[in-house]
Formats: sequence, structure tokens, C-alpha cells
Amino acid sequence: MIRFLIHRATIAVLVALTVSIIGFSLLRLSGDLASALAGDSAKPEQIAATAHLYGLDRPLYEQYLDWAGKALQGDLGTSLFTNEPVARLIGERLGVTVQLSLMSLVFALAISIPLGVLAATRPNSWIDRSALGLSVFGQAIPNFWFGLILIIVFGVTLRWLPISGSDTFAHFILPTITLGVAVMPAFMRLTRTGMLDALESDYVRMARAKGLSTLSVLFKHALRNAILPVVSLTAVSLGFLLGGSVIVESVFALNGIGFLAFQSIIRTDFPVVQSIVVFVAILYIVLTLVADLINAYLDPRIRLG
Amino acid sequence: MASIEQELRHPTAAVGVALELEAPSPRAVMRRRAMTHVGFLTGGAIVLGIILVAIFAPLLTSYDPFAQDLTKRLIPPVWSAKGSWAHILGTDGLGRDYLTRLMYGARISLMVGLGAATMAGLIGTTLGLIGGYFGGKIDAVVMYIVNVKLALPGVLVALSLISVFGGSVVVVVTVLGLLFWDRFVVVTRSVTQQVRTNEYVIAAEAVGASRTRILVGEILPNVMNHIIVIASLEMAVAILVEAALSFLGLGIRPPTPSWGLMISEGRNFMFFQPYLVAIPGVAIFLLVIAINMLGDGIRDITAPEGRN
Amino acid sequence: MTVDRSSPGAETPVLEVEGLTVELDVPAGRLHAVRDVSLHVGRGETLCIVGESGCGKSMTALGVMGLLPRRARMHARRLMLEGRDLLSIGAGARAALLGDHMAMIFQDPMTSLNPVYTVGNQLEEIYLRHGKGGRREARERAVHLLQKVGITAADRRLGQYPHQLSGGLRQRVMIAMALMCDPVLIIADEPTTALDVTIQAQILRLLADLQAEENTALILITHDLGVVARVADRVIVMYAGEVVETGTAQQIFASPLHPYTQGLLDCIPIPGRTERGSRLGAIPGMVPSLVGKIEGCQFRNRCSYAFDACAKDAVPLRSLGPDRGLRCLLQQAPIRIERARHPAGVVE
Repeated sequence: MIRFLIHRATIAVLVALTVSIIGFSLLRLSGDLASALAGDSAKPEQIAATAHLYGLDRPLYEQYLDWAGKALQGDLGTSLFTNEPVARLIGERLGVTVQLSLMSLVFALAISIPLGVLAATRPNSWIDRSALGLSVFGQAIPNFWFGLILIIVFGVTLRWLPISGSDTFAHFILPTITLGVAVMPAFMRLTRTGMLDALESDYVRMARAKGLSTLSVLFKHALRNAILPVVSLTAVSLGFLLGGSVIVESVFALNGIGFLAFQSIIRTDFPVVQSIVVFVAILYIVLTLVADLINAYLDPRIRLG
Repeated sequence: MASIEQELRHPTAAVGVALELEAPSPRAVMRRRAMTHVGFLTGGAIVLGIILVAIFAPLLTSYDPFAQDLTKRLIPPVWSAKGSWAHILGTDGLGRDYLTRLMYGARISLMVGLGAATMAGLIGTTLGLIGGYFGGKIDAVVMYIVNVKLALPGVLVALSLISVFGGSVVVVVTVLGLLFWDRFVVVTRSVTQQVRTNEYVIAAEAVGASRTRILVGEILPNVMNHIIVIASLEMAVAILVEAALSFLGLGIRPPTPSWGLMISEGRNFMFFQPYLVAIPGVAIFLLVIAINMLGDGIRDITAPEGRN
Repeated sequence: MTVDRSSPGAETPVLEVEGLTVELDVPAGRLHAVRDVSLHVGRGETLCIVGESGCGKSMTALGVMGLLPRRARMHARRLMLEGRDLLSIGAGARAALLGDHMAMIFQDPMTSLNPVYTVGNQLEEIYLRHGKGGRREARERAVHLLQKVGITAADRRLGQYPHQLSGGLRQRVMIAMALMCDPVLIIADEPTTALDVTIQAQILRLLADLQAEENTALILITHDLGVVARVADRVIVMYAGEVVETGTAQQIFASPLHPYTQGLLDCIPIPGRTERGSRLGAIPGMVPSLVGKIEGCQFRNRCSYAFDACAKDAVPLRSLGPDRGLRCLLQQAPIRIERARHPAGVVE
């Protein structure tokens, strides 16, 4: 198991390195970041001055190494727009994104797992069809639009919940539902398929042959096996949510890092954008590694070799 | 027990020597399944309908999707009190007929969806074939590339690229095509690895057929079914993401009638004219569900062992 | 096949099955997997159910235990365990009997053991579930049984996972599991098929010893006549979902009456019976489809003695004496014909 981890960790570092290079280069791909910053009506001298000011006239690899070196020490540069350290900007907003992501995951799991288990125990029943229907719905609905509809119904017409900002817990409810519905289908199908397979398996038949109670058969034996891929998916989804919450944060005006990234892209605030992209990517890589670890731990066949 | 399973697939006649029943050709079997599969037929019909509407839009409506008429702003749809049959789905904030914009918007969604799925399919299938067939170090490189792509936050990357290169349909299709090829790689690679050990592939290699010939001639046909199914799913995802990007303002540029853009434009009037937001959303939802049903149907028809 | 209660010393059989039928609905129609099977087994007795793959012997066992897959439907005229009517009790009462009064050993110990729990956990849970005692007693019983089935270092084994044990050890664990609550009936479905030949003999001997000790009733399902020869008291031969011949082991081996049984015996070398230098037989043809309407004898297309009547009506199971039955229209024992036409091997 140690060898397995070292192997995965090495690859992770390599991937992280590559990702950081790509993230760094994203906004520079047009070839002329300085012009974009200086503005449309800027004269060549102004553009050159801008380029020199931000170090954009140096060779690309030099800029990268300079940035990477500082980043590893915690210095992610300064925002062009607000002049604050990028690290501080991210730090202030990270909490909101993490909270939204975690709440959405919990929401999605709380619906998918019971529903998936129930659907698997009664295949082709109305519960099964509803579960699958819900899954189809969650996958097909444009989540930004769903968020808007929720705002119209619950925020405006019924006036039950707040619709923008991130001050109180209540402010997170509609965003959580919006994001949760988008994430839920994969978990629901995974749980259902895993349970269906488990329930047909020989070891579940053995458990029944021992006279074990239905609860014991379902949860102790079947679910324990079916849940392995779901746990992995949870860790991976968390990584994905941290990077993909841009849309929901924008719809509900939540001040998270997704929204910050979006604003920075529009403002060509490249220090912020590259830091967030790389930061989120590395978070994802770490979480995938954690998912592998958990998976290896939960399955004695891998854990003990 | 084994033979009961065999019975389920090939019931044999009893008299004298066991007869080989004349099995229907795979094509005929698929056609029969296709004609009775509800999801496939429904999804297919809806998609076909939308495609036809998109193609024949100019014939179906006399309005110009770009023509503004500020005297006719925000007319509600025909089912509302102030609506009229002149504008069945009403008009938007700039007086443009909404039904017309919806129809032309279908073109955008379909083009982006098909284009992105095709591009992603080409990239992903090629990578998957190479990795699955050659194995070893080459495969390790392919997996490394996939891991790099997976780690990058797709939406943020897409937004960045579009902000740099602009919001034309070509750019959007390219950017999305570069974002969605990972599922193609994973499936193609695994199928290739399985097929690779089949006898006819080994036979072709022994005869000395060129690698390309083997990849394209022997392995690709086996992978095709899976690719089509995944392509349909990725097309649906591409449509959703394009809508989201356009909604944020970093997708298709106005005044082109992207459905996502229409929702964004309607957001300003959302509280009093919710139909501006509701109608394009329902269109997206309908198209995506139909594509998903079609894709699931194709999978059921060509390889029903794949589902539960 | 009814039980002859009049013979002296006959006690109530542990298991009585009459008219067991199992059907599944498949795309092609209705599959009759088990058709009107009756059997019984008493204390300390070993009943072997023999037949080739797909003849319905496993389904019969699953039907008796109540473990059929969801889509299967079972009927029986009579299903009694120790005089208790299994047909009229509910699922809860049935579950209370499983693992306690009647236990099953499955064919493949690798897939029948849950990979994520230790061997000890899977043993003890049976004991605890049926309220036989507390944690400590369960553990002691588990250790005791593991030793009994011949597993050394039982303490250590308890903490191990199934994938860490060899095939033979896993099957011994399965046997220990069956014994946890001291059942009166054990059904073993091909317990040695997945094992090496050398281990097979050990496992069979183990089963025989344990049975003798506790006077358990044992139903052993197999396709291997060698196994039958070694352990059976009585034998039921099944073909295409129904019983075609029953008898004591001696009767079946010495004078097989059904052409299928004869065919089976011809396929294997039996010391003392098969002549040196003779060719082993093979039964040509395949098992017929059991889907839809079934008419006449199902063996007729592979039978050298078949005649017109065999195709028409259902052939009844005739009783030829206590525990001796035959489902065949032949009036006398078939003569052994030289099987030179269909050699399967030569006996050295």
C-alpha cells in the first residue's frame, strides 16, 4: 500500500506542476496581455510601460519561475484591481465556497443514498422510477436557470428565503438546493447500481442463508460494499464543486472564490485568475489522492494486499 | 445453472440432434428493439423536431430575430391577459419576437452541441485508442494527459479562454471541445484494451497489417457503439455549459440568440415578466432530456448488457 | 415419492419435500426449472442429488431454503422441517430457521464470503443473530468450530479477511459457518467443485465425520458420481428439472434403471465395475429447452431406447419399493449396449 501511495503521489506532483504551468499561461494565450490591460486607446509607449510594470516583457519561463517560487512561499501576487494580496482575497472568500460545496454534498448524499438503496430494493417500482426520474431531471436542468426559478418562486413570490448575499445560513439554502440537484444524479445512480449488484451477489445470498435480518443484509452487507465508489466520488466531487461553483455563486451573489475568479477574468486581473485556477486544481489533485487513500483503506483486499 | 442461462438466450429444439435455430441477424434484432423502445423513439422525435425547427426557422416565422422594435417591448405570451397571437411567445426587452429568437437559438444550441461533441470525440477517441492499444509508457502518457485535464477547473478555464479569444461560435465550440474529451478517452481506452486481445486482432497483427489499419479497421468498429452513446451525453453537457457561459456573459455574444443569453437578458425583467427567463430554460431542458433519452436508447439498443 | 412410514424404526424425517416446483418468467416464456420434485432425508442420513449443470438441483435446494431469486416462483404441496410446516410460516419465522435449524454451504467460497468483513465477524454474526449467546461465547464457538474443521491457528484466522485464505481454507470456513448453531439439516451445493482434487477428498471426509458426530441430515448436491460413491446413503438423480430415479447408493450403482443414470455411470471409470480396456461412454445430445409447454419424457432425444410413447404424455414416477423410484416407460432394465459409437476415453 505504501508503494501504491508513493506512485500516486509522484504522478500527482507531476500533474500539479503541469497544471500550474497551464493555469499560469491561460490569460497570456492571446499573446498580448499588456495591450488588454492598457486599454483600447493606449499608445505603444503606454503598452510597453504597462508590460514592464507587470513584468510581462520578460521571457515566459522566467515569469513562471518567479511566480511559482513566490507562490510556494505563500505569496500569490497582488490583485491589479484592488491592490490587495491575492492570498488574502482568496482566504477571505474561501470559506463561503467551502461552505456551499459541503452543504451541497451533504444535501445530495442525504437524498441519493436512501433513495438509491430504496430503488435498488424495489426495482421497477414507482420508487425506482421516481428515483431515476429525479436523476434525469437533475442532469438535464440548466442549474443557473433552476437557481433563477427557485429565486422567483421562493424568494419573490413566497418570500420565504433570502436571494442574495451570504450573511446568514438561510442565504445558503437556495444555492445549496441548486447545486445539490446538479450533483445528486451521479450519486443516486452509483448507489442504485452498486446496491443492485450487491443484492444479486453471492455474499448477500449467504447473508440471507444465515437468517440475518433485512436491515443487516441491506446495510451491514450490501451497502458496505456498494458504498465504496460513492465515497471516492464524494471526495472527487468536492474538488469539482470547489472549482465549479462560479455559476451558482454568480446567480446568488455569493462572495466565494468562484465569483471572485469570474470578476477577475472580466477585469483581466491575471494574478488573481491564475492563482485561483492553480489553487483549485491542486485542491482537486489532493482530494483525488485522498479519495484513493480512503478507497484503499475501506477495501481490505487493497489495504492488506 | 449455467445451462439455464444459456436457455434464456438460445432455446434449442428438442427432436433428434440439437438443431441450431436460425438466429435473426444483429441488424434485425436492433431494428426491432429500436422500434419498440419508448425512450429512443420519444427522444429521437423531439430532437428531430428541434433540428427541423432550427433548419426551417426562416420558413416558420416571418420575424427577424435581430429586428428591434422598441414600441413593442415586453409583450407577454399569448396565454397571458395582454398577449396576442401576433407574438405567440411575446417579445423581449428590445421588442424582438421571442418565438423567433427561440427558433434561431435552437441553431446555436445544436451547432455548439454537435461541434463540441464531435471535436471532443475526435480528441478523446484518438487518445483512448492510442493508450489502450499500445499500453506501457505510451498509455502512461495518455493517462497523465487525462489527469491534467481532469484537474483543471473546466468552467474557469473556459471562461478565461473565451475572454481571451472572444465569443464567436467557433471559439465556443473549440473551447468546449477541448474540455469534454475525458470520458471518451476512458471508455475508448478500456474497450480497446479488451478488444486488443481478441483473436482477429492478433491475427491481423500476425499477418503484418499496419497499426493504423488495425486501429481503424478492427478496433474502431467495436468502440463505435460506445462512442455514439457518450457523444450524445457530451452533446447534452456541452449545450448546458454553453448556456451557462452565455448566461454569464462570457459565451456567445449578443445579439446572437443563444438560449443562455436570452435567459441572461431576461433576468433584468425576471420579477415581472418571468416568461422571459422561463421559456428558454424549458427549451434547454427539453432538448437536453431528449438527447439523453436518445443516447440511453441507443445504448439499450446496441448493447443492453451495459445497463442495469 | 412418499415416505414409507411403515418400516420398523422409521422416525419423522428431518426434511420432507413433496411436489416442489420452481418457475421463472424469461423473455422466451416460462422456464420450468424444477418440476414436481419430492424428497426426504432423515437424521444422520446423506442424500445426494445428482445431475448435470442446469438440471435444477441447485434451484431445488434454494427453493427448500427459501433463497430463490426474486423473479422465481415456487410452489410445493408439502415442505416440512422437523415436522414444522415451512409453507405456512412468514418471512420472519423463516429467517429465524435459516442458519439455525437449516444451513446451506454454497459452491464458491470466494464469492459467498463478504470481502470487507473478517472471517470471525462473519462466523460470530450467525451465533449472535440467533440469540445463542453473547460476544464472548460467539467467539469461543467460532474458534472451536474452526479447529474442528481442521484449521490451525484458529485465533489468528478469525481476524483475517476472506481474500487472505486459500480456497480449501475458505471452504472449511463455510462448513464452520454452517455448523455455528448446530443445525439439524445441512444442504451442501457442490461443496468440492471449486477445489483442487486433493482437497476435495479432505473436505468430503470432514463433512462425513461432522455429520456422524452430530447426527445431522445432509443433502449433498453434485454432478460428480465419484463424490456420490464416496458419501451417499441415498441418491436422487435429476434430469431436466425432475427426478428420474431414486434409490440407495448401492441400488443406483449396482443396478441403474434409468437410461440416463446408466449413461452417467458409463461416463466415469468405477473401480470394480468398469472393465479394463473398455471405452468410456458419453451421452450424445443436449438438455432440451425447459421453456414453455413440456411434453413427454425430456430425455427421449438422447435415449437409445426411446419409442413413440415417450413423446406423448408425462411419464409418472413409479415407486419400485421403499425409497426406490423410476420415471421411465421401459418395463425392464435396459441392457447395457457397447458404446463403441461414442467413445469419450479409454480405461487403462
